[in-house]
Amino acid sequence: MSILIYLIFAALTVASGFLISFFWATKDGQFDDTYTPAVRILFDDEKPVENHKEI
Amino acid sequence: MTLIDTKIACFHCGDDCPDNQITIEDKHFCCNGCKTVFEILQESDLCNYYDLNLHAGTSLKAKNFNGKYDYLIDEKIQSQLLDFQSETINKVTLYIPAIHCSSCVWLLENFNKIQKGVFTARLNFLKKELSISYNPQQVSLLSIVELLTTLGYEPNINLQSTEHQPVTNKIQRKLILQIGVVGFCLGNIMLLSFPEYFKFDLKNSSDFAFQKVFLYLNFFLALPVFFFGASDYLKGAILSLKENFKKNTNILSVDIPIAMAITALFARSCYETFINQTAGYWDSMTGLVFFLLVGKWVQQTTFNYLSFERNYKSYFPLAVKIVGEKGIFKNISELKVGDIIEIHNQEIIPADALLLSHTSLIDYSFVTGESQPVEKEKNDLIFAGGRQIGGKIELIIQKTVSQSYLTELWNNDSFKKEKNIPTTELANAFSKYFTYITLIIASLSGIYWYFNEPNLVWKTVTAVLMVACPCALTLSLPFTMNATMSIFGKNKFFVKNQGVIQLLTEINEVVFDKTGTLTENKNGKIHFEDGVLCEEEKSWIAQLTAQSVHPMSRIIVENLTPTLSTGKGVLNPLLWRGQGDRRFGEVTKEITYFSETKGSGIEGIIDGNFIRIGSKDFIGISEKNTSSSQVFVEINREYRGFFTVKPSFRENWQGVLLKLKTTFRLALLSGDNESEKENLQPFFENNNLKFHQKPQDKLDFIAAEQANGNHVLMIGDGLNDAGALRQSNVGIALSEDIQAFSPACDAILDASKFSKLTDFLSFSKISLNIVKASFVLSLVYNFVGIGWAVSGKLSPVMAAIFMPLSSLSVVLFAVGMTYLFAKIKKLT
Repeated sequence: MSILIYLIFAALTVASGFLISFFWATKDGQFDDTYTPAVRILFDDEKPVENHKEI
Repeated sequence: MTLIDTKIACFHCGDDCPDNQITIEDKHFCCNGCKTVFEILQESDLCNYYDLNLHAGTSLKAKNFNGKYDYLIDEKIQSQLLDFQSETINKVTLYIPAIHCSSCVWLLENFNKIQKGVFTARLNFLKKELSISYNPQQVSLLSIVELLTTLGYEPNINLQSTEHQPVTNKIQRKLILQIGVVGFCLGNIMLLSFPEYFKFDLKNSSDFAFQKVFLYLNFFLALPVFFFGASDYLKGAILSLKENFKKNTNILSVDIPIAMAITALFARSCYETFINQTAGYWDSMTGLVFFLLVGKWVQQTTFNYLSFERNYKSYFPLAVKIVGEKGIFKNISELKVGDIIEIHNQEIIPADALLLSHTSLIDYSFVTGESQPVEKEKNDLIFAGGRQIGGKIELIIQKTVSQSYLTELWNNDSFKKEKNIPTTELANAFSKYFTYITLIIASLSGIYWYFNEPNLVWKTVTAVLMVACPCALTLSLPFTMNATMSIFGKNKFFVKNQGVIQLLTEINEVVFDKTGTLTENKNGKIHFEDGVLCEEEKSWIAQLTAQSVHPMSRIIVENLTPTLSTGKGVLNPLLWRGQGDRRFGEVTKEITYFSETKGSGIEGIIDGNFIRIGSKDFIGISEKNTSSSQVFVEINREYRGFFTVKPSFRENWQGVLLKLKTTFRLALLSGDNESEKENLQPFFENNNLKFHQKPQDKLDFIAAEQANGNHVLMIGDGLNDAGALRQSNVGIALSEDIQAFSPACDAILDASKFSKLTDFLSFSKISLNIVKASFVLSLVYNFVGIGWAVSGKLSPVMAAIFMPLSSLSVVLFAVGMTYLFAKIKKLT
């Protein structure tokens, strides 16, 4: 059962990694603008074939 | 597709195309501006823009920016705008109000493909800010701004743009970090406390070893919660205690009972962990801090894309052209007395100045509340803030910008002190009693157990302090107010913060401004009075006035020409744009004679009819009650009536006033003349109906009403209301375009929702009652909890279940009730 101790410490270490990346993300300003990135990600990098929608 | 009747929608902006003349391939455009944008986008292979959203563009009608941004050539003015400047890279952040959809994001972030020399363009959609970095050797700021304007994304550059605000929001970020850290600890502590909930047999040696590890781990996980997560509460409590000891105040801030509970939980848990070696209340403590922080976050949520803090600086242009020296521009804050400046059509006069040109027509509606444009002669003093209509004029500065008639208002004391926000006042008033009662109960139970069973003293005292936390109390307020804010927001009533809702409940007097508030701002509809004109006569007048460049002529042309009024909304004659005579179509008749007497009128013969249009002296009318914006008409030597620009009142304004009149004192402060007095008289008491009010008068009136113990709500729209809005308990700026300029205020109301004003006022009272009801509910919880605590029966498991459950149910109750009532009141 003492394996549990290792398990818990391993889990904590992994979780701490995520906590640190959360710190990093916040300091980097990722939560300053929570709207634009959600729009941005939907755009294609390259322009698709022409033929725009007809009016 | 937006096909209305047989009209064709513009491929770019979706407006109706007045005719089929502007086309590329099979695509129709409403104006050349829209066509230009399409061409630019096609050239750069950026037509994806139209695939994302149909008719994504903004209409470019009535846009004329020739030379408007010329001042950006000036190095000094440029450097005031730039965030970063070096030889090879410049960075600038521009505020672009026109941003409205995902196509905008896409196009603006691909700006580097359109304009050579631009490295990157990043957009913050909510703040409507575009950050551009570019190479100053390849492209100038001027051409970037002009290209953006051509594309329909005109940046808003004004005097305030030069005051760079810190980009990062430190407080908001710290709170997010605190929530993250506490959330992390909460999850782990709950996991590690889980065995405790099932009451394992701790006599078993291996289980006991685990339990010990879990206990110490919990302790270490709780440290950041106490010292980082709860730090603001602890600091706030210490500060409040210090103030109390210094006798500066006798208010115990709500931080004190919170800090008491957190500290009690921490101390008791340490005792349990290290002395008793049994489970502490770590999960309860962490959960408590977590909920409190979430409540705080909810409280801070605001409409951050709206600006509530604008002053005259965001109304004035950044720079003006100085006459004399060639191509010299000056930041208007550096203008000196004696400088001669040049003002073009639709530009704002930045400082009090004398007119050097012959005549000009100035629109003061935003500044003084005068609904009709004022005609000024040579050597007349023109106050700052007026908008020039018509051609170019020259002015000589009489006062610096900061000492102008208008801007002096901002030197008033009411602009210097911060308005106090009562968000915490209710909670603070409550916390005083709460703290004392908790302390009394704790000591009473301590004394009781001291005589009966001394080893229970410590347990019960800490248990009382722990469980009697105003957590549910402090949560119900922000969550209810937040729900109310978002309900208001859905109805286009945007309040600055939660405190405003509370202030709204105390209002007992409502003060209105007239021009732009009770009347529509974009009225400008020409009314023909004192007679009737047939369609044919109207077209004659339109053709004649089209020959003249006088501003009033232009307004008449604009209104009498039907093809132009097919666009969206009401036509605004003040946004004049030169166009050919093509508009008159087949009805055009030959003008056989035309003559204009500058500044007084025009006359001409059209289709054999002799028509004279002009001022009363020109026509020869001896009426007294006339103003400069009245234009008299004579056809074939017969007086037919006059044109006047008359404000039209907002829809249902009478209904709103009648409803308000039953519960509130009403007053009206107008900067305009008394021409509408008869219409308004039924709604206001006589001494509360004031005209010819200067901005300072408005402020003084409100201050006087407040001195009489009234809580005043001011509703205004213009710069002349700025002082009154600031002085009032709640200042609401009415705005037809919430992104456009509105003076500093506590709330912005979209003009289309003006008729709902009474609903907002009554709903704010409902939400405060909901807060009070949830206070009662949480008090019931507290009594139950304290009952357990004084009997010494509060186990860690019970606390861990009871405390979050009480908080959550109070929050759910508060938010649920708010939305329920919103539905009943039809506000959702």
